[in-house]
Amino acid sequence: MSLHQAVFTAIFAVSVLSFMFSCYQRLQLVAIGVPENRFDNPFGRLLGMFNYAFAQKRVLARPYGFNHFMLFWAFMLLLVANGEFLLEGLLPGVNLALLPQPLYHTLQLLFDLVSVAALVSVLVALARRLLFPPEYLGNDYTRPASGEALLILLMIATLMAAFFLLNGAHIALGQSGTWRPVSSAIAALIDGLPPAVLEMVAVASWWLHALVLLLFMNFLPRSKHMHILTAIPNCYFKNLAKPNVQPRETFEKGERYGVSSVEQYSWKDLFDSLTCTECGRCQDLCPAHNTGKPLNPRRIVHDIKVNLLKNGPALKDGKTGLTSLIGVPAEGTIGEDALWSCTTCGACTSVCPVLIEQMPKIVKMRRHLVQEKSQFPEELLNLFENMEQRGNPWGIAPSERTKWSSQLGDRAFKPGESEYLFFVGCAGAFDSRNKHVSVALATILDAAGVSWGMLGKEEQCCGDSVRRLGNEYVFDKMARENVALFKEKGITKIVTHCPHCFSTLKNDYRQYGLEIEVLHHSQLIAQLVESGRLKPARLPKLGNVIFHDSCYLGRHNDTYQAPRAVLKSVLGKAPGEFGRNRENGFCCGAGGGRMWMEEQSGTRINLERVKEAMNGKLPDTLCVSCPYCMTMMEDGLKDLGAADVIRVRDIAEVMAEGIS
Amino acid sequence: MLVISCIKQVPDTTQVKIDPVTNTLIRDGIPFIINPYDSHALEESLRLKDRYNLRTVALSMGPPNTVATLRKACALGVDEAILLSDRCFGGADTLATSKVLSAAIERLDRQEQVGIVFCGKQTIDGDTAQVGPGIASRLGFSQLTLVDRIESIDFLHKTIRVRRKLEGRHEIVEAPLPVMITVVRELNRPRYPTVPMRIESRDTEIKVWDNSVLELDVETVGLKGSPTWVSKIFSPERDQGEIIGDGIGDPIGTANLLIDRLLGKDLLAV
Repeated sequence: MSLHQAVFTAIFAVSVLSFMFSCYQRLQLVAIGVPENRFDNPFGRLLGMFNYAFAQKRVLARPYGFNHFMLFWAFMLLLVANGEFLLEGLLPGVNLALLPQPLYHTLQLLFDLVSVAALVSVLVALARRLLFPPEYLGNDYTRPASGEALLILLMIATLMAAFFLLNGAHIALGQSGTWRPVSSAIAALIDGLPPAVLEMVAVASWWLHALVLLLFMNFLPRSKHMHILTAIPNCYFKNLAKPNVQPRETFEKGERYGVSSVEQYSWKDLFDSLTCTECGRCQDLCPAHNTGKPLNPRRIVHDIKVNLLKNGPALKDGKTGLTSLIGVPAEGTIGEDALWSCTTCGACTSVCPVLIEQMPKIVKMRRHLVQEKSQFPEELLNLFENMEQRGNPWGIAPSERTKWSSQLGDRAFKPGESEYLFFVGCAGAFDSRNKHVSVALATILDAAGVSWGMLGKEEQCCGDSVRRLGNEYVFDKMARENVALFKEKGITKIVTHCPHCFSTLKNDYRQYGLEIEVLHHSQLIAQLVESGRLKPARLPKLGNVIFHDSCYLGRHNDTYQAPRAVLKSVLGKAPGEFGRNRENGFCCGAGGGRMWMEEQSGTRINLERVKEAMNGKLPDTLCVSCPYCMTMMEDGLKDLGAADVIRVRDIAEVMAEGIS
Repeated sequence: MLVISCIKQVPDTTQVKIDPVTNTLIRDGIPFIINPYDSHALEESLRLKDRYNLRTVALSMGPPNTVATLRKACALGVDEAILLSDRCFGGADTLATSKVLSAAIERLDRQEQVGIVFCGKQTIDGDTAQVGPGIASRLGFSQLTLVDRIESIDFLHKTIRVRRKLEGRHEIVEAPLPVMITVVRELNRPRYPTVPMRIESRDTEIKVWDNSVLELDVETVGLKGSPTWVSKIFSPERDQGEIIGDGIGDPIGTANLLIDRLLGKDLLAV
């Protein structure tokens, strides 16, 4: 064994051991999390992993993503080249040249070209971070040109440069074929140097490449570049259920509720925190962050990671962590205000390229605050008591639920007779503006000859707000009562014009054994139009129409087309769009229980959205598909003094006008 | 020193309607809640417990289903909840109610000296505001009504200083302990029960004291001991005077209207 080989073998062994030890340490921290089954449906998981990790579906959703895609695939291919490099260092002569010549030459060509691609990507990334960083790359704890980011880019660039120099020197020395065009060009540049110097260049670049490579490997688990190791498995372990429904809690003696310390998170939550790459896309889309609230979903994940790294070792030994997870905001500690700022709109979870679930982590911490501490914004006390005592957020007597339909006669749901239960929802039953939407939907259902009925004063809130606010105890009671009532009445189909009721009945209630057809009115109306049972005959005088996506209909339930189809069937053309629409839609500000809270810090979310509507061609009508959006958009327009210029209509009102 | 809160289970008045024929409350199917003022009384007793580590007891007189309300008090953190329930206590007016509550307080006082009794300023179903003062007079306690702030408690000299919320003014009063305090909503913000406490309270024993425990003369309690008779409940008609204009929306216009009217009736001279 040569000295060179012996020294390298020793360094290699130390590096690999140190790398493995770092990874083991990190994974041990992940293992303090509570169990969660993310091992089911391996085929679906592999498919997800392929789409999101290998095909980089979400990364490519933004133009810059192509650069990452290129770098990712260059890395994947260069894994083979680097494997060969390390192997040959350990066992000289064992290399890809042992493969059939055509294959070997093809690989040489490929590695050469891919290395150029990697180098270009790195330079683009450096330029982006240094010269034209997007706003969302930095924030209060990091900046685009952070030392860590620059170091890693520099390391990759060095690896590529050393690779070319090494191959160039080998070619110039005649020790290697000319199947590498870029390396050959380098060789042509240094061809005039004496062989001894070329030898020195070759040895120096080999060692530079080897040492930087091993350093790079050891740097990964100790930095945000851990994602290089964890992103692919994180995509495999993604949440397969589309809306991120929180797990149920059991209410027995001795149980804990929610999360106040990292070990109460599931292992997947903790794995998420190690996977975050700090790309800032969640921060870029978050309505709270965009309007100056103390919440930044990226910061939440970062703080969980910092807290895990600080407290993990003690927690692992069964002690308590010293840095509290919720408290006075600091690195590793999340402020309560940040937690209460979340609208649960799901923008963060739907944009994250590596499928981190930010929002559910917030709800888990809310669960702790509400259920173990009874610590929540003052306004929520009334909401919680009204929900628990009177089954609706306003605390109005249940007997008032049918007032809006007094003109319609007896419309009680009749088991065996009524096809659909019209779940009116609290806003549809009590809120004076949204009662008009209930009337519009009733008119539509009657016009299409749909048989329907209501629960009247037996209906109670679906519990959406209390669940998102972390009051699982009250939600659990409401869900159990509602499901029992639906079963007792033999209900098999439900239609509702509130996306919050829709998503809760459809998705959350599955956990309570309710698996029936639940439709948002946009879906049912679109079906009725398509089947010819509804024929819009009159063009409503609505002028320019713009459509605003509801988060719980769109992002949480992938229903983007139905409301647009309904509008198109009446208007004869597709409605106008906001700049931020569909998956990138911007919340009205009322989700996640924010409807019932004051918006004290920053600017108002609804104003930001209404201003966006007025950005381009001024619309005459702003169409919504959710009672919360209705309230928020109308209030926003009133605040801007534009309520007379732009009116807000639910899609059902538009359709009702089109068929009358 | 023991701190007692007297709480009453009342129908949720936001859901109560008055029967137009009989002029009585329709109570069928109406859920019960803790009388809102009493929830502030309960909260204050819990704050004293948190601050001074005093023992707290919640007392309620009512039918057996009042256990639900007392259980909620347990979930909020009282050390003990006692229901005073007996057929012979039924139909009580304020006089008879204060008699039963006072007897229970006296009984508790024999085990541990009672320092403060908190009551809501009134109930939302009866609205008499007489039970608290009734207890104070029967027991000879100091009586501080309409309290919106506890200023200080001097355990050494056994005195308490509070602020009373009166019409258009506040009054700071000091009184010797033991004391009966009726509270207004401004006093505090009631807490919300934590889930572990709710679950704990499911199994908490709610003591029930009937008349075999209190041994009161049955002629002095319940319907028999209640000299008050409700002959009719009605909204009083306005037989004189009238409301003119919109004093909040248009105060100047309304004042002018009033002046014109008074001038017209020759009650005012220019």
